[in-house]
Amino acid sequence: MTTIARRDFLKVLGAAGLAAGPLAGCAVSPTRTGPKVVIVGAGYGGATCAKYLDMWSNGKLDITLIEADPAFVSCPLSNLVIGGSKQLSDITVSYDALTKRGIKVRFDIAQAVDPIRQTVRISNQQDLPYDRLVLSPGIEILFDQVQGLGSPEAQAKILHAWKAGPQTVALRRQLEAMPDGGVFAISIPKAPYRCPPGPYERACQVAWYFKRAKPRSKVLVLDGNEDVVSKKGLFMKAWNEDYKGIVEYRPNYVLTSVDAATMTAKFDIADNVKADVLNVIPPQRAGAIAAQAGVITANNRWCEVDFLSFESIKVPKIHVLGDSIQIAPLMPKSGHMANQHAKVAAAAILNAFAGMPPNPTPVINNTCYSFITDRDVVHVDSVHVYDQEKKTFQTVQGSGGLSPGPTALEGEYAFAWAKNIWGDMLS
Amino acid sequence: MRSHRRAVVLSLVLVAATSAAQTSDPNLARNIAAGCANCHGTNGVSVGGMPTLAGQPKADLVKKMQDFKAGRTPATIMPQLAKGYSDEQIDLVAGWFAAQKP
Repeated sequence: MTTIARRDFLKVLGAAGLAAGPLAGCAVSPTRTGPKVVIVGAGYGGATCAKYLDMWSNGKLDITLIEADPAFVSCPLSNLVIGGSKQLSDITVSYDALTKRGIKVRFDIAQAVDPIRQTVRISNQQDLPYDRLVLSPGIEILFDQVQGLGSPEAQAKILHAWKAGPQTVALRRQLEAMPDGGVFAISIPKAPYRCPPGPYERACQVAWYFKRAKPRSKVLVLDGNEDVVSKKGLFMKAWNEDYKGIVEYRPNYVLTSVDAATMTAKFDIADNVKADVLNVIPPQRAGAIAAQAGVITANNRWCEVDFLSFESIKVPKIHVLGDSIQIAPLMPKSGHMANQHAKVAAAAILNAFAGMPPNPTPVINNTCYSFITDRDVVHVDSVHVYDQEKKTFQTVQGSGGLSPGPTALEGEYAFAWAKNIWGDMLS
Repeated sequence: MRSHRRAVVLSLVLVAATSAAQTSDPNLARNIAAGCANCHGTNGVSVGGMPTLAGQPKADLVKKMQDFKAGRTPATIMPQLAKGYSDEQIDLVAGWFAAQKP
């Protein structure tokens, strides 16, 4: 019989909610003496992970959630703000409920990770210790991959609006200021990038706005890919019917540089495009803290994880969620998927604290709605199960699919999805 | 009291560790059900616009999922998602939601 060290005992006690079942209610303690989990990034992945670790441990874990922004602003639905049918306040949710749960929400930026000492440095140079670290930092935008987009001046003029917040509102303002008869051009990077159908949905939302307010204007979709990456038939139908004469789709437009002075985009082969509003979504990689922590392992861009736990394949006790990971086949970089990653990781972290292996048979799903108009919506969905031989998630054959066409009923479901997933991560 | 609690906790952890040696996770039902929460609310308690699953009779939930899976109930998302879950998984999840407070 081995002696249990105090630290290990605390770990066991901390995970008692997991192991003790009906007894867990008796073990609730006002001070959190359980194992420490630090989570960086309170988006769809990180906030969900914090909440589920708290809920599934019956409030025993000592959880710190580090987030740069004072409130959550959703990327899903943010194209409606750009189209003008929603305001930023409609897609903004407070972190207060997580604080009330007893999760320590710190509005700060993680500076560095020391995986040997197991600490995270925050901006006041304080080192926060962790037993497990969860990185859910979203994406870093690679401005240096587009020549001419390096300066703050260029970035203030040519927006990405690929992180919801001030840029979302700024892009809306640019569209409002644009004269009728103008051109809005959106440049899409090569896949994989955050939210595969997002750029095409944005084209629809801008076209929806133009059709009503500026009917002589054009939307140019300049795709760095050889074809529409997601929901192709559904988007093409909308562009050829609802938005005929407004939207023009051009494949194989691989952006190389921009000139902010003349609002011109230049491509590797295709001709230059000049626009009144130029929206460039540059290539991306895992959020900066992932690079610093040394968990970027694929193509110098994404983090490979063990899909049973979302623990980095390289650095122990660091889990990576959401858009930062090197995805499994047919797994999109979506908010819904990040929420699902978070729950698999939370379960695995609690198992680890209890000395147990992760659940060997996780199953997760994705549901993604895209707005064609302000209320007519299409979806794509999928179910992914862990393949023990290939050690990755695979979609279940015969499952998943697309809408036959846009409907207002799916519009209602899309808003209900948003309400429920925001509640699932932030209440 | 404290040492008693330690003993209870440790013995339960040992029980959990023993069962972990088998193929299925002791929280499998909870874990699969968590995948439904994105749309149906945490623990199956919807905050609006989607049906609450918590506290629904298990047999009803199984029948609904099997009807979606077999294409007997036309709908948007659910017939496509239901096909991704095995009969055993549907049974586990339905039982778990039935036991939750609505």
